[in-house]
Amino acid sequence: MIRLLRILGQQALYRFAQIGSATIMWSSALSNMPRRSDFPLFVSQMYVIGVKSLVLIVLSAFSIGAVLALQFYTQLARFGAETTVGVGVAMVLLRELGPVVTALLFAGRAGSAITAEIGLMNATDQLSSMEMMGVDPLRRIVAPRLWAGFFCMPMLALIFSAVGIWSSALVGVDWLGIESVGFWAGMLDNVEIWEDIGKGTVKSVVFGVIVTWIAVFQGYDSEPTSEGISSATTRTVIFSSVAVLTLDFFLTLVMYGDF
Amino acid sequence: MNFGHFVPRETHSIESILIEIEDLVYCRGDSVIFNGLSMNVPENQITSIMGPSGTGKTTLLRLIGGQLHPESGQIRVMGENVSTLSRAGLFELRKKIGLLFQSSALFTDLTVFENVAFSLRVHTKLPEILIQNLVLMKLNSVGLRGARDLMPRQLSGGMSRRVALARALAMDPALIMYDEPFTGQDPIAMGVVVSLIKALNDALPITSLLVSHDIKESLSISDYVYIISDGRVVASGSPEVLSGNRSAKVSQFLQGLPDGPVPFHYPSDDFVNDILGVTS
Amino acid sequence: MEMRTIEITVGAFVLASAFALAFLAVKVSGVALTGNEKTIILHARFDEVGGLSSRAKVSMAGVTIGRVTAIGIDPVYGEAVVTLEIDGNLTALSLDTGAKILTEGVLGGKYVGLVPGADEEFLVSGDTISNTQGAFLLENLIGEFVTSMGDN
Repeated sequence: MIRLLRILGQQALYRFAQIGSATIMWSSALSNMPRRSDFPLFVSQMYVIGVKSLVLIVLSAFSIGAVLALQFYTQLARFGAETTVGVGVAMVLLRELGPVVTALLFAGRAGSAITAEIGLMNATDQLSSMEMMGVDPLRRIVAPRLWAGFFCMPMLALIFSAVGIWSSALVGVDWLGIESVGFWAGMLDNVEIWEDIGKGTVKSVVFGVIVTWIAVFQGYDSEPTSEGISSATTRTVIFSSVAVLTLDFFLTLVMYGDF
Repeated sequence: MNFGHFVPRETHSIESILIEIEDLVYCRGDSVIFNGLSMNVPENQITSIMGPSGTGKTTLLRLIGGQLHPESGQIRVMGENVSTLSRAGLFELRKKIGLLFQSSALFTDLTVFENVAFSLRVHTKLPEILIQNLVLMKLNSVGLRGARDLMPRQLSGGMSRRVALARALAMDPALIMYDEPFTGQDPIAMGVVVSLIKALNDALPITSLLVSHDIKESLSISDYVYIISDGRVVASGSPEVLSGNRSAKVSQFLQGLPDGPVPFHYPSDDFVNDILGVTS
Repeated sequence: MEMRTIEITVGAFVLASAFALAFLAVKVSGVALTGNEKTIILHARFDEVGGLSSRAKVSMAGVTIGRVTAIGIDPVYGEAVVTLEIDGNLTALSLDTGAKILTEGVLGGKYVGLVPGADEEFLVSGDTISNTQGAFLLENLIGEFVTSMGDN
């Protein structure tokens, strides 16, 4: 029993220490404002993190929008309220699925890639050698990735929602024959720029910061072996998914909650 | 000059000291790596630190570079106390230090040229044409000017070590540290590295610190040698003095080396250099 | 990859997300539609608004002509006061125009429907519509039904 408690305590201390050092890393990476000469690094990371995730995001958004339209339609058509399919899909995508699914896909696509890349740099002494060359890897490697994640995630989430709504219109209006004017007018009546699009974007910014932070830290902190890198990659996906889903609940509670 | 002959420099004793380590204690977890280690590295010479695997030779280089902090004791590099330097001061000092990693540690996403140009681009605002000339000069000195457009994955182990050497030299450092430069090299590549280290030290105003367990190669080019074991220096001296040292500890080290060749043809002419016909 | 190509694709990516934002803002949330256009502000008093939300649409003959901007309560009479923002081109709404609270489908949202009147004078901005019919509450209907069953 005592032994169990001791293990529990050690684990807790270890986790707290990790969170602490992750926070220190995060703040010191972002403490010096990016200079003009850092801009190309940031652009390359936008490419690696954002552009390379785009195909996955668009394809997923397309099928999720289509599926949502089908499901809403089968339920709502029973009450003759099929024009509200548009509002339903738009609300669900803008407020929840857009930011959340984008973040989960991002964790799997870009997050794991970041962890693996930094883990490999760590294992092959590239980070140490950079340090020994008088170049701070926090500024050179970590900061551009954090910034790119900060900007890419909301951009991807917006694209996700737009593509999802478009594909739901394709399925709902062009295929199932929902009246087009009603479909779009329903959205216009109910969707608000700040309440729905704005708050959804705030969510995705938070997710972007969290996921890239976890990914970068796991890469930095990984054991310098191939097993170490692969388990760090797995941890990135697991931790980010859990963090995104948990945070989503609290963000929803804070932003939409007067329950 | 023939590398097979060991000619300690007469000037040794009056050269000034570049690295001064005093009573160094360093622990990793529960195990003590260094326990009261003291040594001096003289300027503009080749100093070797030898010892069995696992005695913390690489750790020592990281301590000198300020990547690790000692429990107690002092490390002074070019007059600066490494463990009390600020982060910015440390990065400033490191610009004057080149470290050649055992794994070469080339940046895998950059070409050979860009690897060597890296620190020049970050630390200086030199015009592109000048950077290009400097990089080609460094690459030429390691014989890889023709490989400038290759990616690190296209290089053999020996070639990537030479690229790493060119990269370490890019900023014209005052001190260059080699971490196991001979391990994992085929004899030809090893001979190339041996002659490069020697030639660079002769040609440039540079201090070389070499960490190795390859006795033959290290002794062949060193001006001064430290043997460490159990966290402290067990013997030191010029290669000649050391090979004449018949103390139990030194010969035990020499005999007990796990993967180094027992140097039975020791003072004979260097086989590698005979093959290569290298002279300098 | 060439830095130039990377820059171009990143630029395209930024453009695509700007386009997505524009699409969402204009087509989905209808930002521009309530922009600088001229509008008429009308008030309507209801005995019951039952689930009407601000931003609900206002329609006439099935065509959306404006939206609800505010819902308040008159503390003296205990009536709901609904503020309507209507397309500025509709200057010929007669004084006895009626307002009803209607439901889209059975479960759809509530909206305000205007019924044309016959008066020769027209409503102007700031006027109040008094000819109204409040929301139709299912609970009340069931209540009435149950009492009438009891009476029988």
